[in-house]
Amino acid sequence: MEQTMTSDIPTGLAILAPEITLAVYAMAALIFAVYTGKDRLSGALTWLTALVMAAIALWIGMRAPAAREAFNGAFIDDGFSRFARITILLAVAAVLLTGKDYLDRGRLARFEYPIIAALAAVGMMMMVSAGDLMALYMGLELQSLALYVLAAMNRDNVKSTEAGLKYFVLGALSSGLLLYGASLAYGFAGSTRFDVLITTLSDGRVPIGLLFGLVFILVGLAFKVSAVPFHMWTPDVYEGAPTPVTALFATAPKMAAMALMARVLHDAFGLAVGDWSQILVLLSVLSMLLGAIAAIGQTNIKRLMAYSSISHMGFALMGLAAGGSFGVQAMLIYMVIYVMMNVGTFAFILSMKRDGRPLADIAALNLYSLHAPGKALAMLILLFSLAGIPPLLGFFGKFYVLKAAVDAGLVWLAGVGMIASVIGAFYYLRIVYYMYFGEEGEAIDTSMPPVQWLFLMATAAVMLLGVVNLLGLEPLAEAAAAALVR
Amino acid sequence: MATILLFAPLAGALIAGFGWRLIGEAAAQYVSTGLLFLSAVLAWILFLGLEPGTQHIALFRWVESGTLSVDWGIRMDRLTAIMLIVVTTVSALVHLYSIGYMADDPEWKPGESYKPRFFAYLSFFTFAMLMLVTSDNLLQLFFGWEGVGVASYLLIGFYYRKPSANAAAIKAFVVNRVGDFGFALGIFALYWLTDSIVLDDVFAAAPALADQNLAFLWRDWNAANLVGVLLFIGAMGKSAQFFLHTWLPDAMEGPTPVSALIHAATMVTAGVFLVVRMSPLYEYAPAATDMIVVTGAVTAFFAATVGLVQNDIKRVIAYSTCSQLGYMFAAAGVGVYSVAMFHLLTHAFFKALLFLCAGAVIHAMHHEQDMRRYGGLRHKIPQTFWLMVIGTLAITGVGIPGTQIGFAGFLSKDAIIESTWGAGTSVAEFAFWLLVIAAAFTSFYSWRLIFMTFFGQPRDSHAHEHAHEAPLVMRVPLYALALGAVVSGMLWYGSFFGKHEQVNEFFAIPAHEETAAGAATAEGSGGAAGAGHGAVPAGGSHMTAAPGVAPEGAIFMLRGGEVMDRAHHAPKWVKFAPFLAMLGGLALAWLFYIRNTALPQRLAATFRPLYLFLLNKWYFDELYDALFVKNAFRLGRLFWKGGDERLIDGTINGVAMGLVPRMTRFARAVQTGYVFTYALAMVVGIVVLLTWMAISGGAE
Repeated sequence: MEQTMTSDIPTGLAILAPEITLAVYAMAALIFAVYTGKDRLSGALTWLTALVMAAIALWIGMRAPAAREAFNGAFIDDGFSRFARITILLAVAAVLLTGKDYLDRGRLARFEYPIIAALAAVGMMMMVSAGDLMALYMGLELQSLALYVLAAMNRDNVKSTEAGLKYFVLGALSSGLLLYGASLAYGFAGSTRFDVLITTLSDGRVPIGLLFGLVFILVGLAFKVSAVPFHMWTPDVYEGAPTPVTALFATAPKMAAMALMARVLHDAFGLAVGDWSQILVLLSVLSMLLGAIAAIGQTNIKRLMAYSSISHMGFALMGLAAGGSFGVQAMLIYMVIYVMMNVGTFAFILSMKRDGRPLADIAALNLYSLHAPGKALAMLILLFSLAGIPPLLGFFGKFYVLKAAVDAGLVWLAGVGMIASVIGAFYYLRIVYYMYFGEEGEAIDTSMPPVQWLFLMATAAVMLLGVVNLLGLEPLAEAAAAALVR
Repeated sequence: MATILLFAPLAGALIAGFGWRLIGEAAAQYVSTGLLFLSAVLAWILFLGLEPGTQHIALFRWVESGTLSVDWGIRMDRLTAIMLIVVTTVSALVHLYSIGYMADDPEWKPGESYKPRFFAYLSFFTFAMLMLVTSDNLLQLFFGWEGVGVASYLLIGFYYRKPSANAAAIKAFVVNRVGDFGFALGIFALYWLTDSIVLDDVFAAAPALADQNLAFLWRDWNAANLVGVLLFIGAMGKSAQFFLHTWLPDAMEGPTPVSALIHAATMVTAGVFLVVRMSPLYEYAPAATDMIVVTGAVTAFFAATVGLVQNDIKRVIAYSTCSQLGYMFAAAGVGVYSVAMFHLLTHAFFKALLFLCAGAVIHAMHHEQDMRRYGGLRHKIPQTFWLMVIGTLAITGVGIPGTQIGFAGFLSKDAIIESTWGAGTSVAEFAFWLLVIAAAFTSFYSWRLIFMTFFGQPRDSHAHEHAHEAPLVMRVPLYALALGAVVSGMLWYGSFFGKHEQVNEFFAIPAHEETAAGAATAEGSGGAAGAGHGAVPAGGSHMTAAPGVAPEGAIFMLRGGEVMDRAHHAPKWVKFAPFLAMLGGLALAWLFYIRNTALPQRLAATFRPLYLFLLNKWYFDELYDALFVKNAFRLGRLFWKGGDERLIDGTINGVAMGLVPRMTRFARAVQTGYVFTYALAMVVGIVVLLTWMAISGGAE
């Protein structure tokens, strides 16, 4: 794939056009709404933002396939970045739409919400396209700051503010660590650019200082993907934040952070695979096991989904730890499937309410299947898929990462993964148990707005139908991985 | 015609087993019996009108995998035809007999349905047996072999409420597994050596095998001998030969018609059939045939001694069967395969007759099987008495010595004994003496059975009073078998043990073999032909099968012709020996059980250790129990309790119910909700990663 170097500003801006468009849209919408209808416009803005993001996703998808660099290699527009950006944009758009009803009901429908989400999306797009430690940090901070605000969006709620604060403090710590790592790397390599960093490693030896820099950068990113032991904010923030925000946390940022991690590791440290692979293996094992084990004790479905995502991140890290093009491909497939499953599951969780008040207790789902058999069935499919039960799509995600691990000679890691998925199956199945065999308790509202219903049913259908050819996902992920790992 | 013959019993089994609810119990019995008679009639037509030579009828392609290519087919020659008439005739008669015998079985509660199941098993057995005997390759043979094993298991354990029946069924199955393991290894070895398991290919390769070596276990073996021994181990299991015989007496737990059909006339002779069928191979495996001779003779002797003191009427006959099978193996071992088949044929008639008569006695005595509670029955059930006497005359070998007039056993058994003498080797001589002694024992225990059952005073007056003759449906098969027991020997003596021309014509053996053998004998250089298995005898280079071509004829007798000649010209004392032994046994039985009935007890008291040794069947069961059964149980218990329950279940339960919840609690406890805890966790994580990297990373 040909790479055209350019430092010329107009060309750079042209390459960045989608990001600039989204950012300009966000700012324009902000100013417009402030001077007009404010919160009354939130509904319209949500729809508009989602549409704009979907359109930009389509635009990115239609662009010329050649890989290009902008601003002296700080921004890379290649197949990998495009794959990740499209996934991120569609995920954010989907989450915005499914959360709208919840926010309306809870009087949380602020017009800033979709706009801040759009800015977060810009940050994430920057992250996955970064070709330089500076650009990386910029994207990361843009995303993080937007998400800190969203976590604390429900200002009058103690838990929400606590979640925002915790997330901010710990996020600041992780940012500091990442910055420290970046400065170490710069100190040893004399450049922040990935393609220069990698040349310093080409003699085969990794200087210990650079290695420490790598560890610190990885730790900063591990915080973002909530890998154990940098995961501890996750359950509290997931529980405290408004559910639509939780849904957002669980999907797009994970994809962005995971893609960024792959970008840094392969572009900047691609010759030290043996070193970072060890770290990822450790993070992967801890995440898979702790995510599976700790979730058993949860009764709040949002906390449960937090641990579930920790465990899933462990599996995605396993793919990355395997190294090589197939490892990245497996990780991408896993993440896309994970995002889809979470969109569907959160569409369901967002609809859980009693007398109009949101609910997160698992026990409230008792005998849900009697009241709403169709939705219960869709949820069952999603939960089975999350647990990785064949022939649902979630199984294939696990299958790819396990295969990547086995191919890389990490058979024991795949073994641990299987044990973790067995343990993890317990709590997914427990929800199914409540829905189908529980005891009669207080009834739960079964009404569901059409958008949520649509996303729930569509994702469940995808889980079922995905067994056919993975819906064409495999060649796309393969091309994306090939663009990254050269 | 052969196809109909083969599949009629299967149809009967399916109809009786699955269709009886539609057509009713009685119809199920009649249909399966009728189909069996159809098979029997077809078998006789085939046997009498058999064309010379071997026909191969392929039904369909069964397995096609790599170089392994196996048809489901029929090999129709004299050997198959003999087995067909034996199997279908006895089976049809036993089916008929069972209609009466199983009519009111006290083992079952009123209203329970067991008859269709019984007939389905019987018919299925017959089908499997036919598959075995008609097979044109070793795989189909093995299929039939296992099929009859399954049927035998099902029928021995037919009274599944009786623990002893279940134990006997399992015992039969397990002991047969030991033999089958050898058989399977033999088939594997043949496939490994010849790249085929089609009989003709194997036969064609047999001379070459004699010059080949095969590594097995700890050393190299002569390939032909090794394969021969392995196949014979299979035959030992099925035919209850010494060391693997323990299941046969216990198999008497099955209903008596089963004992007659499976454990006397047909299935147990499958081992003999196998050896005879593989005669082109065994002729090149001298060590294996020696082993067969010794095993057969020892079994004949051993089983006869145990039979002397048994009190259960069926067990006496069971040991007698075991003993007679030993005779057949001895004959096959010395190379006179035709005589082995002869005895197989006659034995099927008189042994089935004896068993069915015993069944009639048991039926009359209300399912009492202990001979000590019989006595004086000849007036109560005269027809059964006379029929059983005919059977006894046949098995003990009554006839006019020096002529060819006598009951069936007289001709076939004496032919075997003469053949062992005629073989001339030291092994065969050893067998000869054992077999003569066994003939005396045979006579003793057979007459003892007659005397204890039918003569003397009734020892159980109540049962005696109610004793009654069996119904007609049970008596007709007895008469048919009695006819066979009387005439079958005289009828086919010439064909099996007569002049060379007769035997060769009967088995469709090409004439030049016979002339060569005859010439060799005439020239007095028989030693070369007899001893040098596979060696080219003087003046008869055309006699041995050319390498690479399967020998023609149903059986292959390289040495047999010469052995037979010497047997025919044996001295008078050899010819009279079995007859005298028989008379001695008869006289002793008469003395013990008619003349002076107190004598046996005195004798038993005087030689108590010997008596107990025999009564307990040489303590084989106890020995095996201590050696194998107990240890197998111990091993099984170790895996069950230790391996399965403690290790596997314990690990999974421990992890699922102990470890995981504990870790869950720990994870919740760590999740304090305080930011400083979370920050601490992150810092600890960094420290660990940095330390690890400092130690392990970057070194390369």
